[in-house]
Amino acid sequence: MFGKLSWSAIPFDQPIPLVTGAVVLVAILAVLVWVIAKGHLPYLWREWITSVDHKRIGVMYTLLASVMLLRGFADAIMMRAQQALAYHSQGYLPPEHFNQIFSAHGTIMIFFVATPFVIGLMNLVVPLQLGVRDVAFPTLNSVGFWLTATGALLVNISLVIGEFARTGWLPYPPLSELTYSPGVGVDYYLWSLEISGVGTLVAGINLVTTVLKLRTRGMSYLRMPMFCWTTLASNLLIVAAFPILTATLAMLILDRYFGFHFFTNEAGGNVMMFMNLIWAWGHPEVYILILPAFGIFSEVVSTFSGKPLFGYRSMVLATMAICIISFMVWLHHFFTMGAGPDVNAIFGIASMIIAVPTGVKIYNWLFTMYGGRIRFTTPMMWSIGFMVTFIFGGLTGVLVAVPPADFLLHNSLFLVAHFHNVIIGGVLFGAFAGYTYWFPKAFGFRLHEGLGKAAFWFWLVGFYVAFMPLYAVGFLGMTRRMQHYDVAEWRPWLIVAAGGAVLILIGIVFQILQLVVSIRHRAELRDRTGDPWDGRSLEWATASPPPVFNFAIMPDVSGEDAYWAMKVRAKQQGLQSSEPDYRDVEMPRNSPTGVVCAFFATIMGFALIWHIWWMVAAGGVGAFATFVAFAWRDHDEYVIPTAEVARIDRANLEQRRAALSLAGSA
Amino acid sequence: MTDTALAFTHGDPQQLRGMETSNIAHGGPAPKRIVTGYGFWIFILSDMIMFSAFFATYAVLLGQTAGGPSGHELFDLRNVAIETGCLLLSSFTCGLATIAAGVRNERWFQAAMAVTCALGLAFLAMEGREFADFVARGAGPTRSAFLSAFFALVGCHGMHVSAGILWLLTMMAQVFAKGFRADILRRLLCFALFWHALDIIWVAVFSVVYLLGSAV
Repeated sequence: MFGKLSWSAIPFDQPIPLVTGAVVLVAILAVLVWVIAKGHLPYLWREWITSVDHKRIGVMYTLLASVMLLRGFADAIMMRAQQALAYHSQGYLPPEHFNQIFSAHGTIMIFFVATPFVIGLMNLVVPLQLGVRDVAFPTLNSVGFWLTATGALLVNISLVIGEFARTGWLPYPPLSELTYSPGVGVDYYLWSLEISGVGTLVAGINLVTTVLKLRTRGMSYLRMPMFCWTTLASNLLIVAAFPILTATLAMLILDRYFGFHFFTNEAGGNVMMFMNLIWAWGHPEVYILILPAFGIFSEVVSTFSGKPLFGYRSMVLATMAICIISFMVWLHHFFTMGAGPDVNAIFGIASMIIAVPTGVKIYNWLFTMYGGRIRFTTPMMWSIGFMVTFIFGGLTGVLVAVPPADFLLHNSLFLVAHFHNVIIGGVLFGAFAGYTYWFPKAFGFRLHEGLGKAAFWFWLVGFYVAFMPLYAVGFLGMTRRMQHYDVAEWRPWLIVAAGGAVLILIGIVFQILQLVVSIRHRAELRDRTGDPWDGRSLEWATASPPPVFNFAIMPDVSGEDAYWAMKVRAKQQGLQSSEPDYRDVEMPRNSPTGVVCAFFATIMGFALIWHIWWMVAAGGVGAFATFVAFAWRDHDEYVIPTAEVARIDRANLEQRRAALSLAGSA
Repeated sequence: MTDTALAFTHGDPQQLRGMETSNIAHGGPAPKRIVTGYGFWIFILSDMIMFSAFFATYAVLLGQTAGGPSGHELFDLRNVAIETGCLLLSSFTCGLATIAAGVRNERWFQAAMAVTCALGLAFLAMEGREFADFVARGAGPTRSAFLSAFFALVGCHGMHVSAGILWLLTMMAQVFAKGFRADILRRLLCFALFWHALDIIWVAVFSVVYLLGSAV
């Protein structure tokens, strides 16, 4: 009846996951009770859960990523503590638990923190920057988000029901095959990523189509803000790379469930094929994450230097070059495979070449700042911190791109330090810069500056204290993923690294504090103009938060930095006083399709993990029925009448004028 | 007025609404039909990339028969030729359905869709018989890495055809219940793209899996 599922699946003998699970469960229940008791549930259902508004979906993506960041960081600090303690001893984590923790940490941080964070920001901002009212496929957008949430949910269920993979964040066979991983851990990994992978693919298709087909009048390609370009490149990579992940994981599923021989040791299976396939997705994935961050830095640096982006066209070219070259370097993840010197040389050179467009970008940001009137706000601090940190990470990257050096450093903590250097210093700093930069646009009030800067400094210093020692122990020969060790020289470095993790923890506490304090003081931090940073692109041309239709009148664009040009014109000619020609606005109706679909996907995923076949069928039928029901509805749009559009827009214009005249008199 | 004339009195059959092609003066957001079709094309491209992963795997594992039967011993090209005929013909009838939808002729639309469905089912039946035959001869997917790759690639295409038939039936029901509404026409456009794309993939399956595979 319940397949492999029984009471023994719940780890009653392991206090850490059990207590954590209980605490999380109690927290979720408490929030639910509070929401229901306060009567917020109908509002949440109507305005958020079933929303197809790209801004709301973007916020929900970012929220999901932030919550999962806490989970992923809890894993990280446990690992650092274990390695600081486990010199000549077992530490406090048994090996099988330690292995699950490093696997879960990597999986969560890549798939459920970094990816949803950047997708959330792209969703929130790109339609606003393009001057349009919505994304290409609003309901699909909601489906994509909820499928990502399903994946995250399944990973977290594995904490208390069954186990998670012990194979690392990429489940290399033959270890991940049924022979060596007979438990459900790898299955949790596989199904949560298959499901959330579909969600990511949907988001990618949606955003590519949005950028290529939905831009306001006059917004030609070479007038798009840089963030739109990097969004385009990143989502093209999603469309081209995620199907490879889907196929590769499907092959491993076939091996594990039906005894196929893709990656087994017997019957002609080929283990190295898995490495090739998974990294043909995995390397582009790195750029899927970093390119949007590059876009965020471009926006932030240009805004807070008060200058147009230096070398806009070279930036576009560099972005697209990275987009293409990122598909030609995957083999550098396994130079030690023994493909021969020629193959290794080609991939080594390609890996070094990709540093060239990245260098172009760094110089462009520096030259944007040069001669500018720089304002050192929190987003700008993250950007400058990024530039310094990312150069270190990039240089160690060029080092491991040299095959002979890689033979020494492969799988060592040097490598771990390198990719944390680029992912924390690049993607995460970018995500935090974007979060602070666009928060007022999403919610109508700014985040507290002082606490934001405190969080930045703790993160920055904490990062260096936590990861520079790992470069050193890497050189001293320490391999990654060690549950215990007996080399005395490593220990001091690992204790320092644990201290760095604590500093980062303080940074996170400051971020939470910043959010709480900002919400409490939102009246003082209110952004009435819609343009709190003196911005340059169209998202600042509308109110904060924007009305559901974004723009009452779709803006006309006649050059780069569209909103800056409008402001300059307004200053020269005085504010236009003539009433715009308001029209009815058609918007897509909210739909529970996404959340219902994800509900069935969760059931199906869980049933597949535990081999409960009747439940798989039930979930599949439910998902299909949801789609038919969605396809059957007769009214998928509603009209906001002209009078209402005019009322909302007039209120915004009035606030804007009042704020501008205040600024003028001051 | 004939149905054909009626269809074109709408004036702008592609619903281009005067889209400007010059990239100097960008004309604003594209109309819905273009956006939907474009998005679906991108999905199809991503689907083809997924297939290419299976094709590459097949190419790598082609010789890995582990002492079991090779493609040369297993494949019955006559059977495959008939399968191919069914599928190509179904693409033709699918095209007829598109034309019938274009002139808003429901009777011909339903007839063409029904024939498409029948041809698709015939294809699936023959593929199923081939698979069952292989398994009965001890050449199932667990026999060797070559057969794993074969069953996964051809089976993946077969599952796409099955999903396509489910979609086809849903579209027939939708047109029957609601007629040729604009959103339903957009879905038909996507369905037709999907069905033709499966044909293109099958041409590659036929060439790479069966023709090259039986040479080994």
